[in-house]
Amino acid sequence: MSTNAPISTAGTTPAPAATAGMTAKDAYTAAQAEQDAAAKHQTRTFKIWRGEAGKGEFVEFTQEVVEGMVVLDAVHEIQATQANDLACRWNCKAGKCGSCSAEINGMPKLMCMTRLAELDADKPVTIEPMRAFPHVRDLVTDVSWNYRVKQQIQPFTPRPPDAEDGTWRMQQSDVDRVQEFRKCIECFLCQDVCHVLRDHHKHESFIGPRFLVYAAALEMHPLDTADRVPELKQAHGIGYCNITKCCTKVCPEHITITDNAIIPLKERVVDEFFDPLGKLVKIFSRRREGPPA
Amino acid sequence: MAHAPLPLAHRGFGETLRRDAWWLQPLVVLTILSAFVVYATWAAFQNAHYTYGNYLSPFYSPVLFGDPRFAWIGPKPEWWPNLLPFSPALIILPFPGLFRVTCYYYRGAYYKAFWADPPNCAVGEPRNSYLGERHFPLIIQNIHRYFLYIAVLFLLILAHDVWDALWFDNGAGGVRFGIGVGTLVLALNVVLLTCYTLGCHSMRHIVGGFLDQLSRHPVRKKAYDCSSCLNRWHMKWAWMSLFGVAFADLYIRLCSMGVWHDWRIL
Ligand code: SF4
Ligand code: SF4
Ligand code: FES
Repeated sequence: MSTNAPISTAGTTPAPAATAGMTAKDAYTAAQAEQDAAAKHQTRTFKIWRGEAGKGEFVEFTQEVVEGMVVLDAVHEIQATQANDLACRWNCKAGKCGSCSAEINGMPKLMCMTRLAELDADKPVTIEPMRAFPHVRDLVTDVSWNYRVKQQIQPFTPRPPDAEDGTWRMQQSDVDRVQEFRKCIECFLCQDVCHVLRDHHKHESFIGPRFLVYAAALEMHPLDTADRVPELKQAHGIGYCNITKCCTKVCPEHITITDNAIIPLKERVVDEFFDPLGKLVKIFSRRREGPPA
Repeated sequence: MAHAPLPLAHRGFGETLRRDAWWLQPLVVLTILSAFVVYATWAAFQNAHYTYGNYLSPFYSPVLFGDPRFAWIGPKPEWWPNLLPFSPALIILPFPGLFRVTCYYYRGAYYKAFWADPPNCAVGEPRNSYLGERHFPLIIQNIHRYFLYIAVLFLLILAHDVWDALWFDNGAGGVRFGIGVGTLVLALNVVLLTCYTLGCHSMRHIVGGFLDQLSRHPVRKKAYDCSSCLNRWHMKWAWMSLFGVAFADLYIRLCSMGVWHDWRIL
């Protein structure tokens, strides 16, 4: 909602219709004011976790909100009118940058994609920072551990080019499978909900669902030749995942993390380390194949 | 991967800010799975009422030792330990049982319901220590695919039982074709078990998932696509087939006990 057209006046002053002399910005503001005036207004209570470096408490705010608002809008309104120093991270407000991850009413969610209308209006909306990462301030956590983990995964290693001009040939149906994983916006909500990180703090020995998705995208890629299976088992700790599917449940991009990425990788680990019979059979039809004939 | 400050304070068992009835789902899983285990164990120890005419309970199939009309090998074997009551089901049930115990779907479900690890997503846990499936004992779950091979074998046997369930005693020492409600119950059981088994994650991997360039293997590609399609419903097939198999046993048991009457359609 627009700060140029405060709620209190929007309802009483008829919004000016766009006229020839108006700039595009004026017309936009006018249209917004009109929309706000027509929308339903409501007062809601929010409990926002405030504090620094892991110490703090919930602080209650009452805020007038407008129909159609998302949680991030409300946080911005509170920041603008009641708590100027409230720290929160955001960027695109379109569910694509993965910055505004938080825990809303106890579940990891993007603040910009959670409509107030879907949350119980009788009780305060609780907003906390993610619990799996070091806390910085208010709603902001330090997610840099994730960047360090990503560096440990063997990068894309394509086979030599198929054509003389240095390009490759591959079938769409073969890349379809990894396309799903590329939707990831690195919001780290799956890392946050995963009990291996959240409750058991296995950050040193488990890379978490986000990076299992990343490893799957590389490992199943039709052009890739690197073998990440031994490190998935050892250093990356895939065995810590006990398939509870919480990561899949919270993923805002609806990536079927557990069924399509983690379990197929677990099966590849079984191929290498736990299935002597199958290994014999597969020696003859190994997946590392050369370029098309 | 050193990082100085810790995340927010650790949460205790059952602590969460979730507002929904998060405890309901694990409770339902706990109740149904426990009820199934209790019923299956009880039924397995009965060593009675597992056949009715040409019907054979899936809990007892294949009968290796037992009822002479169905037994593949013979009556109760000599080597059967005296302390353990004899029942043909005790030799059979562990295999489909362990197929389900090691099933990826059930694992996730019973870790939550029976071990609270976690009780549900974003809900505090009772223990700090955690081994996952990385160490003994749960590392054994990795043998799931071997139970899959056995489960496929069982599907063939159960399909054959449905065939047998189409041939009724004609009263003159021979058989004649027919269909009873029991035949349909046994057939439905096989359909549900097939959908569950062929959509297994290990099956999906073995038929083609392990390949990165499936397009070069058209038959495997087809099989992978079919398995993936069933796999999307794996949880639903898991539950429906669990009910299906228990009901098939119950149906034959109650018919054999004279409680239910098997209605002949043809
Ligand atoms: S399925 Fe595995 S990775 Fe995903 S939340 Fe559960 S334990 Fe973590
Ligand atoms: S996999 Fe989904 S939940 Fe995890 S970081 Fe990517 S988009 Fe976020
Ligand atoms: S602000 Fe970009 S995902 Fe929310």
